[in-house]
Amino acid sequence: MTATVVARRPVWSRPYLLGGILAAWILLWILFRGQATLPLGGAELTPLHERIGQAADAIDNSRNSNPLFLYFINYIRLFIDEFVTFVQALISRPSFGRPVPVIGWLGVVAVATAVALLYGNVRVALLTAAGFVSFGLLGLWEESMDTLALTLAAVLLSLAIGVPLGIWAGLSNRFNRLVGPVLDFMQTMPTFVYLAPLTLFFLIGPASATVATMVYAIPPAIRITAHAIREVPEATVEAGTSLGSTPWQLLRKVRLPLAKRTIVVGVNQTIMAALSMVTIAALIDAPGLGKTVLKALETLDVGTSFNAGLAIVIMAIVLDRATSAAGRRVETAHRAGRARGRLWRRVQVSVVLAVTAVLLYLSYVYVWAAEFPKEADIGSFVRKGADAASEWAQANLYVSTNGFKNLVTYGLLNPFEAVLTGSPWWLVLLVVTVTALVLATVRVAVVCAVCLALLVALGLWQDSMVTLASTLVATVLVMALGIVVGVWMGRDERADRVIRPVLDAGQTMPAFVYLVPILGLFGATRFTAILAAVVYAAPVATKLVADGIRGVAAGAVEAATAAGSSAWQTISKVQVPMARSAVTLAASQGLCYVLAMVVVGGLVGAGALGYDVVSGFSQLQLRGKGLAAGLAIVVLGTMLAAITKSAARRADAAAHGRP
Amino acid sequence: MSVSRMVGPRAVVLVAAAGLLASACGGAKVGESPSGAGSAAPAAKSCGALNLAINPWVGYEANAAVIAYVAEKRLGCQVTKKDLKEEVAWQGFATGEVDAVVENWGHADLKKKYIDDQKVALSLGPTGNKGVIGWYVPPWMAQKYPDITQWKNLDKYADLFKTSESGGKGQLLDGDPSFVTNDAALVKNLDLNYKVVYAGSEAALITGFRQAEAQKKPMIGYFYEPQWFLSEVKLVKVDLPAYTEGCDADAAKVACDYPPYELDKVVSKKFADAAGPAYQLVKNFTWTNDDQNLVAKYISEDKMSAADAAEKWVEANPDKVKAWLPAS
Amino acid sequence: MEGAPGLHPSNCEVTMTATSPAELSQPPTDEEPVILDVRNLWKVFGPRADRVAGTPLAELSRSELKERTGCVAAVRDASFAVRRGEVFVVMGLSGSGKSTLVRCLTRLVEPTAGEVLLDGQDIRLAGGKELRELRRRRFAMVFQHFGLLPHRRVLDNISYGLEIRGTGKDARGRRATEMLDLVGLTGYGDSYPDQLSGGMQQRVGLARALAVDPEVLFFDEPFSALDPLIRRDMQNEVIRLHREVGKTMIFITHDLSEALKLGDRILVMRDGLIVQTGTPDEVVGAPADDYVREFVRDVSRAQVLTLRWIMRPPGDGDALDGPELGPDVVIKDAVHTVLRADRPVRVTADGELLGVVGSAEILEVIAG
Ligand SMILES: Nc1ncnc2c1ncn2[C@@H]1O[C@H](COP(=O)(O)OP(=O)(O)OP(=O)(O)O)[C@@H](O)[C@H]1O
Ligand SMILES: [Mg+2]
Repeated sequence: MTATVVARRPVWSRPYLLGGILAAWILLWILFRGQATLPLGGAELTPLHERIGQAADAIDNSRNSNPLFLYFINYIRLFIDEFVTFVQALISRPSFGRPVPVIGWLGVVAVATAVALLYGNVRVALLTAAGFVSFGLLGLWEESMDTLALTLAAVLLSLAIGVPLGIWAGLSNRFNRLVGPVLDFMQTMPTFVYLAPLTLFFLIGPASATVATMVYAIPPAIRITAHAIREVPEATVEAGTSLGSTPWQLLRKVRLPLAKRTIVVGVNQTIMAALSMVTIAALIDAPGLGKTVLKALETLDVGTSFNAGLAIVIMAIVLDRATSAAGRRVETAHRAGRARGRLWRRVQVSVVLAVTAVLLYLSYVYVWAAEFPKEADIGSFVRKGADAASEWAQANLYVSTNGFKNLVTYGLLNPFEAVLTGSPWWLVLLVVTVTALVLATVRVAVVCAVCLALLVALGLWQDSMVTLASTLVATVLVMALGIVVGVWMGRDERADRVIRPVLDAGQTMPAFVYLVPILGLFGATRFTAILAAVVYAAPVATKLVADGIRGVAAGAVEAATAAGSSAWQTISKVQVPMARSAVTLAASQGLCYVLAMVVVGGLVGAGALGYDVVSGFSQLQLRGKGLAAGLAIVVLGTMLAAITKSAARRADAAAHGRP
Repeated sequence: MSVSRMVGPRAVVLVAAAGLLASACGGAKVGESPSGAGSAAPAAKSCGALNLAINPWVGYEANAAVIAYVAEKRLGCQVTKKDLKEEVAWQGFATGEVDAVVENWGHADLKKKYIDDQKVALSLGPTGNKGVIGWYVPPWMAQKYPDITQWKNLDKYADLFKTSESGGKGQLLDGDPSFVTNDAALVKNLDLNYKVVYAGSEAALITGFRQAEAQKKPMIGYFYEPQWFLSEVKLVKVDLPAYTEGCDADAAKVACDYPPYELDKVVSKKFADAAGPAYQLVKNFTWTNDDQNLVAKYISEDKMSAADAAEKWVEANPDKVKAWLPAS
Repeated sequence: MEGAPGLHPSNCEVTMTATSPAELSQPPTDEEPVILDVRNLWKVFGPRADRVAGTPLAELSRSELKERTGCVAAVRDASFAVRRGEVFVVMGLSGSGKSTLVRCLTRLVEPTAGEVLLDGQDIRLAGGKELRELRRRRFAMVFQHFGLLPHRRVLDNISYGLEIRGTGKDARGRRATEMLDLVGLTGYGDSYPDQLSGGMQQRVGLARALAVDPEVLFFDEPFSALDPLIRRDMQNEVIRLHREVGKTMIFITHDLSEALKLGDRILVMRDGLIVQTGTPDEVVGAPADDYVREFVRDVSRAQVLTLRWIMRPPGDGDALDGPELGPDVVIKDAVHTVLRADRPVRVTADGELLGVVGSAEILEVIAG
């Protein structure tokens, strides 16, 4: 009995403590409002910014003299540039003195379809053919091929690095522990942040874009490969060892074959990650569809952005389905070949290869097979349709959308931002640290204090607070949406079946695409960025919540129902509390996604850190400030991740009955 | 795996034969007839490549469109357009990725770095366009509040410009973060009760002004000439403290209007040294603000492709184009 | 008989009692030389595991050790010897350390202390390459969960051991086919493991182990995952194979009837310690302690024990002209003769009278 009493007290007192902290904060805010808020105007720089700017200049100037550049970085850049250019020469750019790429549209469609057919199945092959043809029909053949080329190059390089590292991490616990946090960091860092520093080393162009994409795409490759290797049953490995296999034989003949299926899942994830990043890399002049969308963003051209977004989604679906099918095929392929006779398979393969070869040849030689016919164009209809829809929405939804915007902005965002930016910096630091102490551990509190102090040192305190305010407001909205929809999906199988594909599509759609119509509806405001962040983060959070609710033991729900709980009681007293660790995980993931997107919102009027980053890579004298802003975003992300991670751990422990 | 297995010879022959049969009645071959392949031009070898930076405003795009069109169609160059912001485009001079920037707005700092210090670029003289940057209000406001065009009176009207984004002050709408702007410093140094809010792009500014004029909503924002939109809505410029030589030297302390700009062309040293036909074209290129506005309007208002817009203008102005072509 | 159990002070008490019946009856393979000799073997899992053996810590019980140091002593000071051609069964409850013990013998688990002598050579001293050679040619193992490679056909699974030691394709194909026939899977060579039943899969495991023609075969609970009927089939299969190929076999099980059926000798483990080593009838007839007694309680003693275990010295009133039976006749088989005879059955060996067995003794065993 005493144990339960002891265990309960902190749970009860924590809300009181938090309430107290909040009250004290408001009080002190009223007292000290506007003091020590460390504002910094748009063009103003701190000495630190100037120094960072000078360092960046120094790097620029040493590009052709510093041995690190001469013998290392420049070679990497040249190699990647050549590699990408080569792939582009094959499928997207006029090359080798020809007015068209080496492989024309017919050839590309044929090769893609053949690959899907040989490694996947007929259905996927048809999907692939249709998908690739639709790129041409949308009038985006060349852009799509650029995106494909860049994605392929980045994926190949990512796998070339990621799979061996993943194998190593799978075999060595020590290495696994070592890379874990690095990968965490790579995945939580908003992609937007490392674009600028990368250009410093790899310049603008394919090399930077590829490296940026790799930074984002390698973690899943490493993680999933390591997981795959670890997943190989110990018994099988032991059997191999007992027969005297060398480590290399074990790897090649036992571990890798057994891990193959899961590794293909890793390939799939790597491709999806690369594809989503390649579009963002348009900011540093990565060629392809991302650029079309970005351009559309600059010209507020909803139709064009939707058209290009459609092409990206189609490409994502095709690549996803094709690699998934290949993954399923991995085990059965071999076997099917044996079962139905090797000869039959051989004939199949040869016919497919021969047809592909002929089509390739045609696309090399004949104009009609090389350049996608311009007459077959549905892109303009798509554009016009999307334009019309967006115009209608802007004309007719203005009142309600504007009302919603004002509600969130005046009701939630502005007060919040006022308190955060209006408080002296030491007050915020104090409040956050104490809150972290109450909610988490001493270690987390220290991390928070250090992070906030760093923000002060970086000279971007006020911008950071504005970004933080938007991030938190967006996260609240994401969680509200995620819990409502997630609970619904978790409880209702049919709802899940309908909503889940929508969420999947939302996740594959590159963020820029929906920025454009949201921008059209809400203008260049912080709310636009917040809404985009919600759209970006909600699918992940919702799915996690839904899975958590679904994972609540059926027995517990049944018992609650048997005890006469209403649906609301079941949800609020059984399902949500029991899914608490999933909900917390959703919040922490959501926060990560939101931060990444709020920063991109700097492009569309959200200002603050995101704007500093963008202006940093577009104006020389602001470069140091931009880089510092990138750092500030990382610092902010680290702080939020530390808090949510600790909260997640606590929720997990609570869910397992530990205090 | 199984893909690499031996190909059944009979099947291959069969399919190959079918394919060849199909190709026999196949149509134009690549490189055979220039019209078919689209862009293959006979003089490709003599001109070579032109890497053209495209900065993110439509006026620039108009310059680039016409130059690219002439270079491709008249000189047979291989033109690659690169969508880069200004600073990044200049970086491209150093790396050899960019040959020419065809509408440069001042940028004394970049000129110092790349022209004077690194010596990787040089200016090729004016484009003929005169640039003006400043704060503008829609015409209806200038009519209703005639004294608003004096900066000293701006505070009086600050309340009109309040929005959800401006935190209780008047909102001054700016464009793309990469544009030349002193606005934040100006607001601070002139002690105005305004806050700079970034629309993010030229298009967002235009949309803002268009709505403001149509719905008679108050708005004040950053804008510039030449800009085709000014022929649609005649925005009125607000007078800031007059520009004097050097009053904008320190970016953080600026308290005067923007200087008048003489827009010019900048090319990389490498490109200039090669002195090919494309170089001559860029060097000779000049036109007027009206010319640019026309092409810019084709592109952004009439939604023509850059190439179509350029073609339309070039067809209509053969003499001007002729003057740009290298003497041969 | 060097390295015989019972010579080591630490487990002196238990093993002494265990060995005493061994003097009564020697296993049939007594004359064969020792092939595997294990001395003072320790395996401790956990942080700084090597500080346990040979120190006062070694005296602690498993749970005390765990509490004090966080280490688990899976095998504690084990010593025993296996003779060539013998089927040597290791048994014990779950967690008693059987698997660990056997894996120590091939160094699939690295022992913490002690010696493992294969033909007098300590395999703990073998380098990586030597060890691989040992595993490739002299040892082979059959696992509870088969450990087959799902991506390879049955034939390729069987020939795996040959493949990794570099045997040519044809040779290993031939050998694999032979093995396939030997384990009764003729015709299944092109199937994949998951297309076979559990019993068939374990036959593949067996064939794979036999393919490399090892001297010693290790079985770690090979039939636990199979249903009883198939298990019986497989046990018979092992008996048949043992007769045909005559390999030394070390066989782990926690199923006593299996141990009794297959084992020439049985080693009983508890909490990492060896509690008893002896022939099946010794284990059943003279359990070393309550643990073993509990183990063998439900065994039908009549099926296991021989007349040697129930004969009594001829008393004064005994008529010594009853039927004659050997001392190693299992009681079950003697029931008929004893109960039908109207005088005690004489137990004789080489013409010498060892004792007599009457209906009273027989009935006592059968009753319980
Ligand atoms: N790798 C390991 N790390 C730590 N402890 C281990 C390890 N392997 C085994 N143990 C411990 O050693 C003890 C003996 O385990 P072992 O697997 O040898 O038992 P077993 O007799 O084979 O049991 P079972 O009949 O369940 O297979 C157990 O307490 C187990 O927890
Ligand atoms: Mg075991």
